[in-house]
Amino acid sequence: MTTEFPLVLVHNLVKRFAAGRGLWGFGRSRGVVAAVDDVSFHIPPGQTLGLVGESGCGKTTVGRTILRLVEPDGGRVVVDGADIFALKATELRAVRRRMQIVFQDPYGSLNPRMSVRQTLVEPLVIHRLANGAKGERERRIDALLEEVGLDRRLAGSYPHELSGGQRQRVGIARALSVEPKFLVLDEPVSALDVSVQAQVLNLLSDLQERRHLTYLFIAHDLAVVRQIADEVAVMYLGKLVERAPAAVLYRSPRHPYTASLLSAVPVPDPNAQRQRIVLTGDVPSPAHPPPGCAFHPRCPHPKKDERCRTVPPPLREVAAGQLAACHFAEEPMP
Amino acid sequence: MSELLLRVRDLKTYFVTEQGGGTARAVDGVSFDLHAGETLGLVGESGCGKTVTSLSLLRLVPEPPGHILPGSFVELEGRNLLVLAPKELRAIRGNEMAMIFQEPMTSLNPVFTVGDQIAEAAIVHQRLGRRAARARAIEMLALVGIPDPETRVDSYPHQLSGGMRQRVMIAMALVCHPKVLIADEPTTALDVTIQAQILELLARLQTELGMAVILITHDLGIVAGTVDRVLVMYAGEVVETAATPELFARPLHPYTEGLLASVPRLDTPWPRRRLHSIPGQVPAATAWPSGCRFHPRCPYAWDRCVAEDPPLLDAGTGDPGSHGVRCWLLAEPARRTRQRPP
Repeated sequence: MTTEFPLVLVHNLVKRFAAGRGLWGFGRSRGVVAAVDDVSFHIPPGQTLGLVGESGCGKTTVGRTILRLVEPDGGRVVVDGADIFALKATELRAVRRRMQIVFQDPYGSLNPRMSVRQTLVEPLVIHRLANGAKGERERRIDALLEEVGLDRRLAGSYPHELSGGQRQRVGIARALSVEPKFLVLDEPVSALDVSVQAQVLNLLSDLQERRHLTYLFIAHDLAVVRQIADEVAVMYLGKLVERAPAAVLYRSPRHPYTASLLSAVPVPDPNAQRQRIVLTGDVPSPAHPPPGCAFHPRCPHPKKDERCRTVPPPLREVAAGQLAACHFAEEPMP
Repeated sequence: MSELLLRVRDLKTYFVTEQGGGTARAVDGVSFDLHAGETLGLVGESGCGKTVTSLSLLRLVPEPPGHILPGSFVELEGRNLLVLAPKELRAIRGNEMAMIFQEPMTSLNPVFTVGDQIAEAAIVHQRLGRRAARARAIEMLALVGIPDPETRVDSYPHQLSGGMRQRVMIAMALVCHPKVLIADEPTTALDVTIQAQILELLARLQTELGMAVILITHDLGIVAGTVDRVLVMYAGEVVETAATPELFARPLHPYTEGLLASVPRLDTPWPRRRLHSIPGQVPAATAWPSGCRFHPRCPYAWDRCVAEDPPLLDAGTGDPGSHGVRCWLLAEPARRTRQRPP
């Protein structure tokens, strides 16, 4: 890891949601769900942090809270020197130019009544960009389309006329139009077919290199994350359970949850002699996380004991640059 | 080889599209055999025709706009399902041949308990009484690994997690001990740890019950770990078929080759390399390209590929018919000049 000052700094981020109100949201709340519980990480400029976990673990909420698309309940986020949670609404708008998001479902996140051109012009208008010489916006849009590998003639098309891969390229072009430094990529390839997924992953790598972008890459697919991330953080029930440089995490995971996730990824090789750790049970409800280590009811670690059931393990450094929240991180899963 | 259960020949399912868009040839001449106890994998990307193929086997394609063309042939133990009367067909569906779908939430009825839904097939096909059917439902829930089945039998679908719902779907499909189970992307909506549980469960039940399974998936990792033989589909056709180890060791169709190289995987060396990608995208089913349908995206294509539609050619493994490839490269191997993607 470089010692360069991080472009994105997330410190003790907390986000809670009121859970289980009665019908239509009336009545007293039956509790609070800590969707994000004390999450900290940083991303050096030009690098990618992969944030992985299963559905409901809070990874999407982390991404949205950082951008203040969802208001936080605690913590501090600094993006490119701006203290995001301290900003007033008008200041926030100006800072939004530097941080953008690409969503999973390109169909749901594009306005069906706007052509590709209109979709790409809108952010320029909002941020008062490229409003100088006549035709400047047109040139800018042509350049953007070319950069994301879309034929210029598609500028007049509407989302329903495009394929999934083309729509995701439009979503990426829209995010890039205001020249951000930081992108939250929320499951950007999981709705795409394998061959198209590879195209979009390669495009994201190229763009990062060319524009020196910083990525928070949120995904459930560990094999996809391995392809792009410099560092990986694993979430379970709102908490980070492990964080390490990608090369380290994939080679020697220290948290039993990371180890189980890795072993559950199907490998396209019929001769692969891999020992699959099949976790029993489902992810518990985040409204009622188990006491102690939240993973303990499903944990396959042979040494699991009373401590796991009562004492929440802190996220601590267990090897150079590798953090894990497990009482037995020094004795990783066999 | 064990007994032949299902014989599919030249299956063609077309859809007439609205607004004069033309005819979508979703499944266009698919043939395969399925033997007792075997797992067959149907692989391909969205729009390749794998789901329509599986729906056609049980004649579940909505007609109109769809229709299965005359000359198509789906034979289950000697009976052509495509010419059966509706009543005879109903006796087969859910009984001898059953299906599980990708989305367990939308495929379960939200206003009936899971017990009622599992029991229904037993009441209809095996003429069990209500009490016996309920006992059967509990037994099935236990078989698919649902804890506390006596209580869960009275649950409604929304009270269960995604993984539990998929177990219920499997229990429903297996209640009459079908000979053939069609599983259409059974784990796509699930998290990896739950996916691992469901795949393990399907493998165990297949061994215990000795049924044949047609597994439809886009995930080559799942194929490698679970199926005996693979059919790779592209643009409504089978472009390659082989036993699983053979297919992964010697993919001969450029599409299979490209697909395998596009998959991000955990077992590649570090530092990682750029992913291979197949240029372009799957064409529309109303306008398949001429000749070989893959030619516009193929790195090897030459004029013959544009002009002539290749048949499924034998790869010459010494066992005729075991490895078929719909590609002219098999007739002109010297054309395979481009370096294979890593």
